[in-house]
Amino acid sequence: MSFHNAMIVYRKELMDSLRDRRTIKSMILVPIFIFPLVTIGMSYLSYRFIGQARREIPHIMVIGGEDSPNLMAKLQQFKEIDIVPTNVNYTAQILNKKIRAAVRVPQNFDALLQRGDQVHVSIYYSKEEITSQFAADTIAKFFNDIRDESARNALVVRNLPASVLEPIVVGKENVTPPEAEVGSVVARLLPYFIIVLCLNGATTPAMDLTAGEKERGTMETILCSPVSRTDLVFGKFLLVLTTSLTTAFLAITSMSLCSMYAQKLIGAGAASSLPPTVAFRAIAAVFAMVLPLSVFFSGALLALALFAKTFREAQSYVAPLMLLVVLPAATSFLPGVELNFKTIFIPILNTSLVNKEILAGTYHWGFIGLIFVSSCVYATVAMSYAVRLFNNEKVLLRA
Amino acid sequence: MIEARELTKVFSDKKRGEIKAVNAITFHCEPGEIYGLLGANGAGKTTTLRMLATILRPTSGTAIVAGYDVLSDAQNVRRKVGFLSTATALYGRLTAREMVEYFGRLNGMDGESLRHAVDEIFSILKIDEFSGRRCDKLSTGMKQKVSIARTLVHDPPVMIFDEPTAGLDVMTARTVLEFVHTCRSRGKTVIFSTHIMSEAAKLCDRIGIIHDGSILAEGTLKELQRRYDTADLEEIFVQVVGGEQCLFTTQ
Repeated sequence: MSFHNAMIVYRKELMDSLRDRRTIKSMILVPIFIFPLVTIGMSYLSYRFIGQARREIPHIMVIGGEDSPNLMAKLQQFKEIDIVPTNVNYTAQILNKKIRAAVRVPQNFDALLQRGDQVHVSIYYSKEEITSQFAADTIAKFFNDIRDESARNALVVRNLPASVLEPIVVGKENVTPPEAEVGSVVARLLPYFIIVLCLNGATTPAMDLTAGEKERGTMETILCSPVSRTDLVFGKFLLVLTTSLTTAFLAITSMSLCSMYAQKLIGAGAASSLPPTVAFRAIAAVFAMVLPLSVFFSGALLALALFAKTFREAQSYVAPLMLLVVLPAATSFLPGVELNFKTIFIPILNTSLVNKEILAGTYHWGFIGLIFVSSCVYATVAMSYAVRLFNNEKVLLRA
Repeated sequence: MIEARELTKVFSDKKRGEIKAVNAITFHCEPGEIYGLLGANGAGKTTTLRMLATILRPTSGTAIVAGYDVLSDAQNVRRKVGFLSTATALYGRLTAREMVEYFGRLNGMDGESLRHAVDEIFSILKIDEFSGRRCDKLSTGMKQKVSIARTLVHDPPVMIFDEPTAGLDVMTARTVLEFVHTCRSRGKTVIFSTHIMSEAAKLCDRIGIIHDGSILAEGTLKELQRRYDTADLEEIFVQVVGGEQCLFTTQ
């Protein structure tokens, strides 16, 4: 193999691809704009809607309570709700969003509370509606405050300390390092995105450099040049790998910047942002793990797309591969799926899982080594197969 | 020179079984000579030329091209060959200059020598005025000129033309034929395949009539005319391939 020739092919393919709108879209525009827009945009929108729902003063219907002036006076003074006239159709009104919740107060509420009897209050709300849930929480808090005040008063009368109500205070201390805390949130999503984006970035150029060349009639042109088939595959492969890694890199950078901005916007705590040193180390390690996987994708995609006669036909071959990659990558989300001696040999899932651990600040060096080696083996197999196919004139000149 | 020895190519097809596209073809072509492969569509011309250009590997037999064996030294054969056919398209997103320079680099040229060679060919073929335009924006004639420049950039001693005028208008076809003629004048070994009788008669020093993968007759135009007792190459061709294959005569 001549590295010099492979680089000539690579430089030409790079120049060619950078002039191709489809590659620019999948390699640069999608990772920079689409994924951050979808992920960060969705979280920002949901934050906006939740904030709006929280700020709303809900319409609440009080059923009963006419015989309890103390309670009614307190409810009237409670600024966080707006009491509406009683109506028998409160369920329909909640479902029609005319009111957010209703509360049923038993007869003689004031008297029962004064006597120290247990009083049952029912709150009606819709679990489907977040504003209704917030309204139910608000009214529940109102009654809990009355309950606590009543209990404290009863203790004072009996000369008992307030601690009687809460004889044991249970405190929880988080011992997880900050990066792991971040990891628990980021680590679940990022490895999946990196893997999917690596594949996504490699797909269009792989199809363009194989089936696309056949379709445009340039395959025969390059085949009659003195460049060897192996050099040709390597030149093309390097381009596919470049776009694959560039896509993943741009997406991570874009998502990190967007998440920092979004956190600033919503005022989230500093603990939920990735410290720069941790980010650099973890992302560098994640990239090292993704590299052989990206090689595997590039080789496999080149081989697969080479069977097709046209770009469109190649798309139909590649679509199932997407599913084969997304499924194991997404499996790492599932609770209980962890790195062990079985999962480390399952391609894609192993990288997704180990990246999850790395981003959570855990480095199992034994597993990392084994996964890296196994990914390299899969990558070598895919590349060897691609080289073999490029030497198969039946596949290469299929028309 | 080119020397084809018992060159054979068999394709296997799931439905049709084994298909012998080229059957033990033997011929030779000397420097400064144009050898014409004359045959109908599907006769085996393209397969033969693809084997000579090492795009396809012969099933049996071999060929020596510019001193190199197509089986054992394919890469060196490709260094010595310029291959032009209607199937050898241009990279649409590259400019004419980038396209030709790319093939120069693949042929081991670089720097000043490459620039000089490209400038010279562009000047001869009058490509200068559109050398900075992307190939997908060029007219068919311009594209054909760029393709010619692509085959010539490394100044190969052997030129292989596979129906280079197919689908071209009269003026563009004329430019291509003039170029083929120039190659002979420059002492190159030229193989030219066509199914157009007038092209073969006008250009070729020797003609091989190919049918069903075999060369059935070979010689200079004069020799063929003498042998088949007619001046018309089309008539000669019909006699050689088995005669009355005309739709109307069977009725």
